[in-house]
Amino acid sequence: MDLELMINSLPKLLNAAVITLKLLSVSLIIGLFIGLFFAILRLNKNIFINRFAYGYSYVFRGTPLLVQIFIIYFGLGQIEYLRSTVLWVILKEPYWCAIIAFALNTGAYTSEILRSAFQTIKPGIIEAGKSLGISNKVIFYKIQIPIAIRQSLPAYGNEIILMMKGTSLASTVTIMDLTGVAKYIISTTFKPIEVFIVAGGIYLFMTFIIHNVIKFLEKKYSFN
Amino acid sequence: MELLAFGDTGWGDELFRATLMTIAVSITAMIIGFLFALIFTPLKLSKNKFLNFIANSYTTIIRGVPELLVIYLFFFGGTGAVMFVASIFGYNEYIEINAFITGAFAIGIISGAYSTEVFRGAIQSIDKGQFEAANVLGFNKFGKFFKIILPQTLRLAIPNLSNVWQITLKDTSLISVTGLVEIMRQSYIAAGSTRDPLFFYSFAAVLYLLLTFVSMKLINRLEVKYSRGY
Repeated sequence: MDLELMINSLPKLLNAAVITLKLLSVSLIIGLFIGLFFAILRLNKNIFINRFAYGYSYVFRGTPLLVQIFIIYFGLGQIEYLRSTVLWVILKEPYWCAIIAFALNTGAYTSEILRSAFQTIKPGIIEAGKSLGISNKVIFYKIQIPIAIRQSLPAYGNEIILMMKGTSLASTVTIMDLTGVAKYIISTTFKPIEVFIVAGGIYLFMTFIIHNVIKFLEKKYSFN
Repeated sequence: MELLAFGDTGWGDELFRATLMTIAVSITAMIIGFLFALIFTPLKLSKNKFLNFIANSYTTIIRGVPELLVIYLFFFGGTGAVMFVASIFGYNEYIEINAFITGAFAIGIISGAYSTEVFRGAIQSIDKGQFEAANVLGFNKFGKFFKIILPQTLRLAIPNLSNVWQITLKDTSLISVTGLVEIMRQSYIAAGSTRDPLFFYSFAAVLYLLLTFVSMKLINRLEVKYSRGY
């Protein structure tokens, strides 16, 4: 055990953890909107819209996140047309490519979580809203969405933790996040166990915090 | 399409072999995971606090730390660990572990943590009466486990194990960082030499989709088999 290395690498790894958290929070926020959008499409009765939304979530849940990042980072740059558009400003940055991949990925999982939450809402609640003369739009935004959010909290908490682990793949496209820096230190010092303990500890700490925040929210928004 | 030709002109046969490699690594990792689950599930269910603590640390750490970090630990630390154990037995030569074993072991440990949780949940949800009835009927410990508990556990566990399998299959793409030539690594090589990453990574995505689709169909059949009588 090389305690000195562990202490010396801690500040570097903590700095990198900030990047991990940035990647995580930005992609979660974008992913939540994507997920909500596709969950609503899934509830649509039009078979084409429905199939399209299902196809999206099937493809993104059925392929590894690494493939998705590589397609966006290495693949899209190959299209000449894209290089001449405004989009290229975003797509040439590995940081944004990673975020796009993460957001699309978590969006697919989130859409499934929200869809099942919408489907478990008791019809009686919606009927009660209708009989009170509330418009469909208000029922959706003021009744269905809050209930769905409460229903999906436990599953969404898991998704946040999975996504946090997923952000480690950003290191494969040259971003120095927590895993990226950990790998760099390991490959320069050849002390994998020490670095793993420190970096793994930081990850576990973040998991612990997320887990408890979700638990707190679950309690706060529980029905009784 | 020419890019996918078999033989020297295309990447078809290479990608086919890489797909077989992905399947082989996934199955090996899944089996290693089952072995870990076999050890840690009883520890999780045991009444001994210390054994509980060991099993809980295993599942919590592995499920809370990114897969890539675990793979790096094994990739950089695996050789050192094996050489250290060998040096205790007086063997001091350099030992090279191949990428397949390192990768399958790293993914296996991850998949084992998920399997442990699945089996724990399944065993806990079996009615207490089943254990008691088996005792009353005079089954010995062995018969009780294999004839009464295990078949019911499998029925409850298979849907969740199919999720673990999907996770394991997708996680094998991360082994490409260690240089094992599976789908991802082969696509990386092909993309580099043809300068056509979009095509090859998309094709890799299709291969993974195909694998998950086919395995889902097979697992559904297994599910039907184990839930007859319900």
